[in-house]
Amino acid sequence: MALTGLAIYKLLPKTNCKDCGQATCLAFAMQLAAGKASLEACPHVSAEAREALGAASEPPVALVRIGREGRVLEIGNETVLFRHDKRFVHPPGIGIIVADTLDDDRLTARISAINRLSFDRLGQIHGVDLVALAYDSADPARYLRALRQVLSQTELNLGLLCPDPDVAGRALAEAEERKPFLYAADEGNLETMVDLAHRYGIALAVRGRDLAELAVLAEKAIKLGHKQLLLDSGAREPAQVLADQTQIRRLAIKKRFRPFGFPTVCLAAGEDAVLAAAVYVAKYAGVVLIDTTDPAEILPLITWRLNVYTDPQKPIAIEAKVYEVGNPGPEAPVFLTTNFSLTYFCVMGDIESARVPAFILPVDTDGTSVLTAWAAGKLTPEKIGAFLETSGIGARVNHRRLIIPGGLAAMSGKLREVIGWEIIVGPRESAAIPAFLKELQ
Amino acid sequence: MAAEIVRERWKGKVFEMMLGREPHTVRVGGDTSLPFMHFEGTTVRPVTALEVQDVAPADWPAVLRAPFAGVLEDPAAWAKRCVELGADLVALRLAGAHPENGDADAGAVAAVARRVAEAVDVPLIVLGCGLEEKDARILPAVAEALEGRNCLLGQATMDNYKAVVAGCLAYGHGVVATSPLDINLAKQLNILITEMNLPPDRIAMDPSIGPLGYGIEYAYSIIERKRLGALSGDRMLAQPVICLVGEESWKTKETQAGDISEWGDQERRAVLWEAMTAVTLALAGGSIFVFRHPDSLTRFNRTIDALMHQQVY
Ligand code: SF4
Repeated sequence: MALTGLAIYKLLPKTNCKDCGQATCLAFAMQLAAGKASLEACPHVSAEAREALGAASEPPVALVRIGREGRVLEIGNETVLFRHDKRFVHPPGIGIIVADTLDDDRLTARISAINRLSFDRLGQIHGVDLVALAYDSADPARYLRALRQVLSQTELNLGLLCPDPDVAGRALAEAEERKPFLYAADEGNLETMVDLAHRYGIALAVRGRDLAELAVLAEKAIKLGHKQLLLDSGAREPAQVLADQTQIRRLAIKKRFRPFGFPTVCLAAGEDAVLAAAVYVAKYAGVVLIDTTDPAEILPLITWRLNVYTDPQKPIAIEAKVYEVGNPGPEAPVFLTTNFSLTYFCVMGDIESARVPAFILPVDTDGTSVLTAWAAGKLTPEKIGAFLETSGIGARVNHRRLIIPGGLAAMSGKLREVIGWEIIVGPRESAAIPAFLKELQ
Repeated sequence: MAAEIVRERWKGKVFEMMLGREPHTVRVGGDTSLPFMHFEGTTVRPVTALEVQDVAPADWPAVLRAPFAGVLEDPAAWAKRCVELGADLVALRLAGAHPENGDADAGAVAAVARRVAEAVDVPLIVLGCGLEEKDARILPAVAEALEGRNCLLGQATMDNYKAVVAGCLAYGHGVVATSPLDINLAKQLNILITEMNLPPDRIAMDPSIGPLGYGIEYAYSIIERKRLGALSGDRMLAQPVICLVGEESWKTKETQAGDISEWGDQERRAVLWEAMTAVTLALAGGSIFVFRHPDSLTRFNRTIDALMHQQVY
């Protein structure tokens, strides 16, 4: 169980050699106790000490891997309860449940709908991670046939939702190369499921009827030597899932409770499944399984996952200088905005999607948005003029036309006087930039 | 090894604020735990408002105008529709006071506010046009026109709070205190407002949220930190948080874009964009949610119903 920094210190070499990156062995011990360092960082620790340190040297939530090399989904390794404490590290996998009872044609349609669930956000593609094939048919032949279809029609990672060890074993023999996760071991099948998961080197979900039974089963699985686990407390009501997720994370981090030191798997069901899924994404899920292929539902969910897992220490302001979108030449339009990172990224994303090379000049407004900055007097014609001067944009374009945000329309006359450039009033919202650029050309 | 439930013990709580007049009052705040952790304290159900504007909005897409067909030109009828659609409160946005949108004067907007107040019994939130100077001029008149209705008026900022709060003090209203995404500025504004003798339980904090996809994470963490501050006993972070989820969500291209195959049906997508913005900020600790689309409000309420269930340990 949790060791204090002092207890850990007693087991370290006490040479203060600094090889771990810490000034002293004691400082390193404190970091270990807080879950902020890994024992691996000290190359001099003895085997006996390593053994004794046991739980304290392992991360509070284990890293679990699903999928084959090159496409591995890594989850877990989280160290905090609140993202503002440090950050959340590994975004949960989003898996779409597919029933094996679908006939071949409908299955094909569903898989291709899943394959299409990917979205471009600021130049990066984000999509779902897993297809979770459910053994609903109670017909082994049907399950294996559906599995073959899934294997041939998608490159996504897999989950085998199949609590029957016989069928799961046959499925794994076919899907071995994909390194799927297996769901789920329970009171009745634990030993055979652990055996299977171990043999194939895959992650195994353990499902209890409640937290208490989950702890017992997870501990058994650990004793049987399997350490790639996913936890399911069995709850399906959103309030209970949220509470159980919170308890699992609290126990793992605050109490170093080993049976709960693994990522979790949550099932979101019902009319508002996607909203429940959003709750689970924020509150600690390692994998969220959901039964929809509607992009109108998955786009917001994936966006939310992206938002929650951004690094909160990432500055809210970006550097004020000339930015290029595409490969802008001397004729390219010049956009003025503020250095609030979100404002900038919206403008950048929308210019990008218009596929028109351009320059962007974010004025230093202490990271506030256009209207806030303007209202607070941080976006004056004089300040814009000074920035235009120091940025050197004048030497990079052969025109003198500045596009300003629609919200600044009121200052366009004054701005023209001060800077001597022609002022073009752009749209209020960056989303209208593509249409605006079309008109401009 | 048994799993022992971890229960946090908190000494502080979110201020409880009563809005409206008897028998139609609405309770906001008063929470004594992290949101929906019913096993260690009380979560007070977040309340909802639907937005009404004094002038028909020109920039709302068809899917957002449809539920209010026939009433968009008539704020009083629009407000009644909002109550029928299940809103706990009505939020009147005085967009027409903006110099670029009609430049209505204090007398005109106060008259609109009075008509809306006469049309519905539920408590009102009245928000100015967003220009600090102009709001400082119109909100005191609105405060007077709504005397006795115990409303929430805003948005009061660092630059105009004196005029807005003076109006609230004189005519018995609470204030929406708006600060940019910054917990220290929010706290400072609360201190300045209470120094004017408005009681600390008469303030709702508006953290200037960003919607899903556009900075919601900053608001999420700031609201979470405010709730932790409140529970730890910081009285200047313990005011209930108001989130303008409708206004913010409907600015995004994900709500504005029509039916496109990669993004799916516009209405379902846009409603979810607004509802998910609200659900996740409720999970962080928001108390008042101002929506635009009634279906977003319905989906939010269904999810909150589920999260309000007691938990078994
Ligand atoms: S590397 Fe090991 S021995 Fe060296 S200072 Fe760090 S903890 Fe001490």
